Amino acid sequence: MAELVLDEIVVPLRSFDLRLSLEVEGTVALVGPSGAGKSTILRAIAGLMKPSSGRVTVSGETWFDSSRRIDAAVDERAVGFLFQDYALFPHMTVRQNIEFARQNKADRYLWQFRLDQLGDARPAELSGGERQRVALARALARNPKVLLLDEPLAALDTHTKATVRRELHELLHELRIPTLFVTHDFEDAAALADKVGVLVEGSLRQFGRTSELVAQPADPFVASFTGANLLRGRVTESSDGVARVRLPDGTLISTTGAAAGEVVVAVYPWDVTVSIVEPHDSALNVIVAPINSITELGNRVRLAVGPISAEITSESLRRLDLRVDQSVFASFKATGTRVLASDV
Amino acid sequence: MRRVVLALVLGLATAVSLAFLLLPIVALFVHTTPGRLISQLSSDVVKDAFVVSLKTSVIAQFLILAFGTPTAYVIATRRFRGRSLAVTLVELPLVLPPAVAGIGLLAAFGRMGLLGSELTALGISLPFTQSAVVVAVTFVASPLYVRAAIAAFEGVDPDLVAASRTLGVSPTRTFFRVVMPLARAGLAAGLALSFARGLGEFGATIMFAGSLQAVTQTLPLAIYAQFDLDFDAAVAMSAVLVLISVVLLVSLRLLLSWQSSSSTRSLSRFGLSTSG
Repeated sequence: MAELVLDEIVVPLRSFDLRLSLEVEGTVALVGPSGAGKSTILRAIAGLMKPSSGRVTVSGETWFDSSRRIDAAVDERAVGFLFQDYALFPHMTVRQNIEFARQNKADRYLWQFRLDQLGDARPAELSGGERQRVALARALARNPKVLLLDEPLAALDTHTKATVRRELHELLHELRIPTLFVTHDFEDAAALADKVGVLVEGSLRQFGRTSELVAQPADPFVASFTGANLLRGRVTESSDGVARVRLPDGTLISTTGAAAGEVVVAVYPWDVTVSIVEPHDSALNVIVAPINSITELGNRVRLAVGPISAEITSESLRRLDLRVDQSVFASFKATGTRVLASDV
Repeated sequence: MRRVVLALVLGLATAVSLAFLLLPIVALFVHTTPGRLISQLSSDVVKDAFVVSLKTSVIAQFLILAFGTPTAYVIATRRFRGRSLAVTLVELPLVLPPAVAGIGLLAAFGRMGLLGSELTALGISLPFTQSAVVVAVTFVASPLYVRAAIAAFEGVDPDLVAASRTLGVSPTRTFFRVVMPLARAGLAAGLALSFARGLGEFGATIMFAGSLQAVTQTLPLAIYAQFDLDFDAAVAMSAVLVLISVVLLVSLRLLLSWQSSSSTRSLSRFGLSTSG
């Protein structure tokens, strides 16, 4: 498969420099908080913004190389760029938008993206999901060698998002074009990408498969970004591969892994068990606290119990008949924790 | 009670304002009978002035369009040193008294002016020719178009331009296929204002081009020349200018309301002021 290679790209931004080396094969997601420089990377690859140094190659073809003074014009780079707000031409029909690049007839794409009835519609008449499909069709109809998607799901409502995410996943899987997309939502990244890079203030904190990021987050930021609870505390003793960490409220937590000093303990919500009676099982860590809030997430429910959040199924919520302010036992195994060096 | 008084005061002030604005317009049309008004229009002075006005206006607007459009596009889309100075310069003729503009043009292009000897060497003498009318009108009317054009170009989402470029389309084709269609209504509105302003131009023209019948005497100059000699002819020409102004203003309103309802970005940035 063709690939996109970013070699020591540097783009000066207002408050920091964006520095990145990355090989994109299959689908890669760059996640990070807004202002981390995610969109800038896509713009630099497309040629809409000029890096101060570095190299961009796509399947062996050099698009940018500061040392060889190569800087291909935007229209000479075969990118399929999906803009965050889709940037459909408002004065053209769906068909005219798709055929704008003058490379392919629209019919095949109208059919592929279920837009056959909408060929003569204007973008203003379309729903968010339809606009996204038109934008994708338009990007693919220019025969791109690489796909760049800027927050492809951000402009959609929650309901549409789930469907579009599934369709996009299938599409990216079939296309086999190197795809780089940026998102602030780790769940979207995990659902769509083969590999995920966490970008903070212009540099890559960690890059790997989603499972690797969750299993071994490099630092507290990555852990919290992948959805973990962060419990800050101080190691009181460490022996036989088990460390005990005292939280500010006095609760003692057992973790696996040697550590010392100020640490952050990461626990994923789905590793936390909630019960209404004191558990007698292998879980070493029990936090007793009232439920602060109950948030529905599709068929799952997220409970905020004291300092941590737990994720259980809606069915469990009904079975246990849990309510806000009710005191519960939130327990998790020492093996379900990751100890990270404190970032402050 | 106080509320009633307030309503009365507001109503009265509004009525007086509107009546004050309407009265001179009405007076023009009731001065004589419509038949006599129309017959006045067939006199040579009026016909000549009409032709001079039309010809010079069309050429001036063409020049404004040809030079103003790229200028406005550069100012709207590029960030460069001295950009705000350029904006100020472009808008300057708007606040400059027309008589000052006329003197300025003479000082620049007159026989004794800044470029006078160069122009004379080329065999060109600008002042008091029909070309001088075109220059005066262009100078005075251009800000109305350029300002509107800057606003119209700024209203085009830069992501649409970027999208066009990522689709493999050249900057030139992007300009004509994406930027122009989206800015078109704003440009047309600016041109209408500029045309109206240019048609009414008096001060700079009389200073720089004089008032020679069939050569440099435009409708406003002819009105001034006739009102001592033949007041009825002056009234007739004035009525013609009022009609043209009304037509321009109404089409501008229609254009802007159509634009704001059909486009995602509203265009409410047009200053609707013309001054003679």
